[in-house]
Amino acid sequence: MSAEDAARRALAAELAEFLYLEADLLDERRFTEWLDLLAEDLIYFMPIRHNVKFGQHAARENTRQGEGISWFDEDKWTLGKRVEQILTGVHYAEEPLSRTAHLVTNIRVISATPSFAAAETAEVSSRFLIQQNRVEYETTQFVGRRRDILRREAAGWRIARREIILEQNVLVAKNLSIFF
Amino acid sequence: MNLDTMIDLEGGRISREIFVSRDIFDREQEQVFTRAWLFVGHESQVPNPGDFFVSRMGTESVILCRDQAGALHVFLNSCRHRGMKICRYEQGNTSLFVCPYHSWSYTTDGKLQGVPLYRVLYEGTLNRDDWSLVEVAKLATYKGTVWATWDPQAPEFLTYLGDAVDHLDQVLDCRDGRPGGSEVIGVHKWILPANWKFAAENFLGDTYHNPSHRSVDMIGIGPSAQRGAKGRRDNEYEGGQHVWVSFPAGHGVHSVLSRPDPEYGGSYQQYPEVDEYFRHCFEARKQRLGTERARLLPFTGNLFPNASYHGRQPRGICVWHPHGATETEAWRFFLVDADAPASVKDVLRRFYMRYSGPAGMTEQDDMENWLYATAASQGPIARRHPFNYQQSIGAFRTGDPLPGDVSLQMTEQNARNYYRVWRGYMQGDPWAALIGAPALRAAAE
Repeated sequence: MSAEDAARRALAAELAEFLYLEADLLDERRFTEWLDLLAEDLIYFMPIRHNVKFGQHAARENTRQGEGISWFDEDKWTLGKRVEQILTGVHYAEEPLSRTAHLVTNIRVISATPSFAAAETAEVSSRFLIQQNRVEYETTQFVGRRRDILRREAAGWRIARREIILEQNVLVAKNLSIFF
Repeated sequence: MNLDTMIDLEGGRISREIFVSRDIFDREQEQVFTRAWLFVGHESQVPNPGDFFVSRMGTESVILCRDQAGALHVFLNSCRHRGMKICRYEQGNTSLFVCPYHSWSYTTDGKLQGVPLYRVLYEGTLNRDDWSLVEVAKLATYKGTVWATWDPQAPEFLTYLGDAVDHLDQVLDCRDGRPGGSEVIGVHKWILPANWKFAAENFLGDTYHNPSHRSVDMIGIGPSAQRGAKGRRDNEYEGGQHVWVSFPAGHGVHSVLSRPDPEYGGSYQQYPEVDEYFRHCFEARKQRLGTERARLLPFTGNLFPNASYHGRQPRGICVWHPHGATETEAWRFFLVDADAPASVKDVLRRFYMRYSGPAGMTEQDDMENWLYATAASQGPIARRHPFNYQQSIGAFRTGDPLPGDVSLQMTEQNARNYYRVWRGYMQGDPWAALIGAPALRAAAE
């Protein structure tokens, strides 16, 4: 194994640990602590997926960050509002609170700057399977990919950008009231 | 199925059956959705020859298409040979729709063109002209929006719309009062396990459900929230008279008559440039429409049967496509003025996303209500007990201060009227009865 490979794997292990911690905070409903893992300039983006002709995927399959309408294209302020809303206790779509389990897997470091060994930022690809169950029988599974840009800040790793690729066209869920 | 006992308008009682029964759902598809004018899409989605947008009418997939000559069509998305969907892309541009099954192909004006092995297998039998795509009976465009009906006897769209047009105009016209000029910047599509009429009724004028949005009102998510404003939108209607208006054809709206000679109240306060833009629009609109007409501002509404709108914050058209008695496919078309500055469009789209639909902080709570209202109305005991529709019964005046039956207080009159018309469709009433005979007479003159 080259030194670069070893550094990449070590970084992947470190960032996997970070993503598992994040999943724990969400599943344990420690939402305000979860907010602390988000960089102040966070971009949180979930495109809408379109059915397009072969060959048009790159250009037209997903809505684009920064234009038009997506499922989410927002900042930390908005996510903070979402947490604040849950904490009112009268956000009925999450009251009573959903039970969630975030399974994060296929974690791979795509790139790092300035290097894998001394990474200050890293681009990380992963898969998620999130089970949401609420009230009595309502159960929804969300499966997809994430592409994160993580940044090392004074207090530790922070999420600077998250792109969530949900593998659905028409949303087969009544709500996206959980965090991804 | 006794519709008169199910829809008791005088007593203000409506049976839960109409929200959960499979038989009623099936009859609705036949009686309501094959006759009424339905919202299909927006011209901004199909600006060029060959452009198409796959939409729905009732439970059926349809293609909104601009043919090579520039004319709009709405076709059933189903091959005439064995029914395969001829288009499974959502939107695009094509010169031909080719069926994947046996390769029959259709031109953008719906004509059957290609039939493989025609000469060997069909010559002398199959007349291509008889096997065009199934096309709607009537299509209408109004200020960019596209509507269609399967019923050749249906009145013209504007007759069907009646006086509700004054309210729809406030949604579709530019913010500065110029007619039309909106564009669609995106479409949400999602599935909700509830009867479609819950959603339609919510927009028809059910202002009483406000408390279910308490969480967003407490925290503030509007375009001035970062300046400390609470509420889920800017308070653009302060001091205005809210009006709930129902129309003979079943439409219902909740609008506001702002104070005489209204002043710009300030909105979008965390974005000075956007605030300035809307101040300019407000003044220009007053100039253009005159101080009296400019008083009318839209809140929400529903055009019979299933096209709802939000008029300002946010701004868009929602269509509640029925899937089954207890399942609905919801589509929301988000609107902005096509010629608004990019900075304005950006603020609007961000607000729309955090407000609306399944990812929207406000409307998530609506979905919760509709789901569990449907779920808790399915049992035999529940079905014996009608819903209460007695709110503000009788408290309206006709034609005062606006056309239609107008209530100056929160009311379920819009809903009672909607179900009166719904019952008419279910009974197979003639058009004169469905949209109010005076409207048809006026149109004939």
